[in-house]
Amino acid sequence: MGKKMQIALTVNGEAHDLLAEPRELLIYVLRERLNLTGPHAGCETSHCGACTIEMNGKSVKSCTVFAAQANGATITTIEGLGSPDSLSVLQQSFREHHGLQCGYCTPGMITRAHRLLQENPDPTEEEVRFGISGNLCRCTGYQNIVKAILAAAATINGAKEAAE
Amino acid sequence: MIAAAFEYHRPADLKGALGVLAEYGDDARVLAGGHSLIPMMKLRMAAVGHLVDLQDIADLRGIRVADGRVKIGAMTTQHEMIASADLAGAAPIIAEAAVQIADPQVRYMGTVGGNVANGDPGNDMPGLMQCLDATFTLVGPDGSREVAARDFYHSAYVTAREDGEILTQISFAAPKGGYAYEKQKRKIGDYATAACAVQLTKAGGKVTSAAIAMTNLSDTPVFSDAAGAALVGTSGDAAAVKAAVTAAVAAINPTGDNRGPAEFKRHIAGIIIGRAITRALSRA
Repeated sequence: MGKKMQIALTVNGEAHDLLAEPRELLIYVLRERLNLTGPHAGCETSHCGACTIEMNGKSVKSCTVFAAQANGATITTIEGLGSPDSLSVLQQSFREHHGLQCGYCTPGMITRAHRLLQENPDPTEEEVRFGISGNLCRCTGYQNIVKAILAAAATINGAKEAAE
Repeated sequence: MIAAAFEYHRPADLKGALGVLAEYGDDARVLAGGHSLIPMMKLRMAAVGHLVDLQDIADLRGIRVADGRVKIGAMTTQHEMIASADLAGAAPIIAEAAVQIADPQVRYMGTVGGNVANGDPGNDMPGLMQCLDATFTLVGPDGSREVAARDFYHSAYVTAREDGEILTQISFAAPKGGYAYEKQKRKIGDYATAACAVQLTKAGGKVTSAAIAMTNLSDTPVFSDAAGAALVGTSGDAAAVKAAVTAAVAAINPTGDNRGPAEFKRHIAGIIIGRAITRALSRA
């Protein structure tokens, strides 16, 4: 056992202080200590993207971040984007367009798509495909995921236009 | 996969980081974006007693373009380089290469300093920096020194950087003329089967300078003087491109792996180098 250290995180707007070994992976801090089981530990080799979260405004694979590195970070997981009673536009869009089958990749996929639309609110299909290329889905063939993200962008942009 | 236990340091400045390296010697390693080192630690292929996280050292970040020179702090991420309007103006080949590295999540974390300092022949920035004739700044206990990218790489993971030194900055003259970074890979996230950086200038219908460097085709990046020389003075016609490709392929020494046997890689290298030169010529 290594020496534990105090780690402060703001996750989905809530402040947490916990003791962890520096080598613990952020994905397990989120899942096992904070009970945020939305982000999934898929491949654990930074390939699949199922563990994608947002950290300090970046899409990050939380299997490739040590707990110590995240000390002081502001984090958003899928749980912070919407809830079963109040789905985000992206979540609603994934539901409507069948953007998932088994659902394993979905939290990472939506968390990544959220950041993508923050940075590029009106992406082309190619930009969506390139933007989610760090997230693997073994069910859908991506077709409906891409459709869902494009539709969510259109909804968000439509709502913005209507408000102006 | 759990890394072996280590002690974590997050110094606020470069002096603090150098202090930890001086105290613990080769038992200490610096951590930039971590997307090469952390996987190695998880596989227990890298043993690190003291991990020195550079994320709080503001001096190591940022892109500056002034007086025709580009300076990039080692902790600048691939994502930041892709998004930089300054860099797009001064050296568009950087974003063209960076966008072909790994995937979006990795590019948010992965840094240019980590990419060039690691010495992994699969990394894209070392060959690119050799093409640009960049200089790396290394800071150690006895002060700072500059090493040319073309002299930095000795063999896989073995570089001119001494234990106790930190690579802090990359600088190069803003290139002129046409450019291209071509990369063949099996899928997003893979290292190159073959990749090639080309930067060249033309005047009066003739090529006046050409720099050609290659990625993942030897145990170090490969800069080929002969390939550049084969283009200079020509109009960049098909015969000249062919001669340059032949010279470049003669300089590589690929080994077979799961991307294919060495002969296959030579073949792919020839095609990729040819494409890179042709595209750079079309932009000159």
